[in-house]
Amino acid sequence: MNDGVNGVALAVFVFFFVAVTAMGFMAARWRKAENEHSLDEWGLGGRSFGTWVTWFLLGGDLYTAYTFVAVPAAIYAAGAAGFFAVPYTILVYPLIFTFLPRLWSVSHRHGYVTTSDFVRGRFGSKGLSLAVALTGILATMPYIALQLVGIQAVLDVMGVGGGENTHWFIKDLPLLIAFGVLAAYTYSSGLRAPALIAFVKDTLIYIVIVVAIIYIPIKLGGFDEIFAKAGDAFAETNPATGQPRGALAPGDAGHWGYATLALGSALALFMYPHSITATLSSRSREVIRRNTTILPLYSLMLGLLALLGFMAIAAGVKVDNGQLAIPQLFENMFPDWFAGVAFAAIGIGALVPAAIMSIAAANLFTRNIYKDFIKPDATPEQETKVSKLVSLLVKVGALVFVLTMDKTVAINFQLLGGIWILQTMPALVGGLFTRWFHRWALLAGWAVGMLYGTVAAYGVASPTQKHFGGSSAEIPGLGEIGYIGLTAFVLNLVVTVVVTLVLRAVKAPDGVDETSPSDYTADAGDPGVKTELPPATAGDPVH
Amino acid sequence: MSEAPEEKPPPTITPVRVVIGLCLLAPFVAMLWVSSYARIEPTLIGIPFFYWYQLLWVLISTALTMTAYQLWKRDQRSRHGGER
Repeated sequence: MNDGVNGVALAVFVFFFVAVTAMGFMAARWRKAENEHSLDEWGLGGRSFGTWVTWFLLGGDLYTAYTFVAVPAAIYAAGAAGFFAVPYTILVYPLIFTFLPRLWSVSHRHGYVTTSDFVRGRFGSKGLSLAVALTGILATMPYIALQLVGIQAVLDVMGVGGGENTHWFIKDLPLLIAFGVLAAYTYSSGLRAPALIAFVKDTLIYIVIVVAIIYIPIKLGGFDEIFAKAGDAFAETNPATGQPRGALAPGDAGHWGYATLALGSALALFMYPHSITATLSSRSREVIRRNTTILPLYSLMLGLLALLGFMAIAAGVKVDNGQLAIPQLFENMFPDWFAGVAFAAIGIGALVPAAIMSIAAANLFTRNIYKDFIKPDATPEQETKVSKLVSLLVKVGALVFVLTMDKTVAINFQLLGGIWILQTMPALVGGLFTRWFHRWALLAGWAVGMLYGTVAAYGVASPTQKHFGGSSAEIPGLGEIGYIGLTAFVLNLVVTVVVTLVLRAVKAPDGVDETSPSDYTADAGDPGVKTELPPATAGDPVH
Repeated sequence: MSEAPEEKPPPTITPVRVVIGLCLLAPFVAMLWVSSYARIEPTLIGIPFFYWYQLLWVLISTALTMTAYQLWKRDQRSRHGGER
């Protein structure tokens, strides 16, 4: 499928990439504070971001390059089932509306940088906090790796990925350069770099989507035509399964799977460390609530983007690797220069989340492993130093992962990561509302959920894979097919409740809770809530 | 373990808060009830119902969350009047 290098597209891509790199390094000086050697500064951008910066940052963070490639790819492969990403992102915002402001408040009052910080403070349990931290790091690593897969897809289609028989070093050189640059500016600028770059990324993405959703259907003869062709394609029998390839609307058997995937994914999203990092970097409680009302704009974009999967079918895009379907559609449909813009959007779309994720994982390591277990008396300077180094290590790790292992490994792990991260919800969200759960019970529930989820996912076979073939399996006792993560979560919750009842009955020692009820509703300006910087932009409510 | 001495501000459940709760709950009911929208007809400019209905819900849920946010702000303002 590589028919030489697309020079124009590549030039446009490189132009945007260089521009963004310059921004990344300059970001260090953006809204700089006096005390730059603290983890708050490097790892949370000084906790100073207002509504719009937070919006771009969260959008850039949650809607990753991988999402842009994978969601339409799923539609391209199987039709309706892949559309679950839309109800998933619809459900996220009412959900976080209820608990995220509480997390923001308690984190600001106590200087928490990570979710594990909160869990330790709330339950007085380093063990539980370690479990949450490890889960977070484990779930984030493959996610970073998948961002690289996203860049690779774009490079491949542009013809610079090299063919199968190119020397591995030449083949991977563009990826190595992209990542070296990313690592360098994340190291020097911290969270400010992705925050600034997110502006460019999202502007590009929005332009590309709007153009694609108007221009491509016109070229293909309208949506009627597109869906008719897609319907025909899905009706064809897949030789591997002996069943139709997909459907335009999920059949009866698929309803549970669709709903549980949407719900489970929605519950999991804000358990990911990178979501929380972007949240805690915001300036006030209001910024978060207001963001839940404007973030759905991204969901709309994601939905439209998903429809591109159908267009790829209608346009006759034929790729072995579904991940390449959308980049290939752009290459076929758009004039070269605009294809370059689209590729730049995806490429930069990978850099922003990769930077935030590596910062989030590094913060977890520094605060909840290094400081809690290795060097309790670490100074803020030391913390920052360790975090910067770990953010590098995390990225190198992801790079090695992608270069040495098959892509499916990264995808499998990401699938597992989603199941795993959901198991930290009872401790985190439960802890935000009640102290009733016992710390050991939470740990037990977490362990059961992790174990069940992993084993169940291992047992899922697909036509191409013996294990980890998907994220859905039969729900025990219900007989329906549903998302494994959600089943594991329910199991986790049951275990947590039962064990808590037992432990409370035998009066097992409870940890010390360092938070008080008023901590959960505190806002910027209240006593004890740190405000590092005077607001740099207008528009903050005065109260 | 003992709760902190200061009590939470008076009535926790008020009509306004119930409305807020319903605004936040509605998208869950609509989206998780898959059989209510898993069909092709009626299509809209050629897009099957299944897709445009869910895209429509992006807008509906946004409006609902905004309503919840405005009500919540009002609720907080009236409460904070007496507090602190």
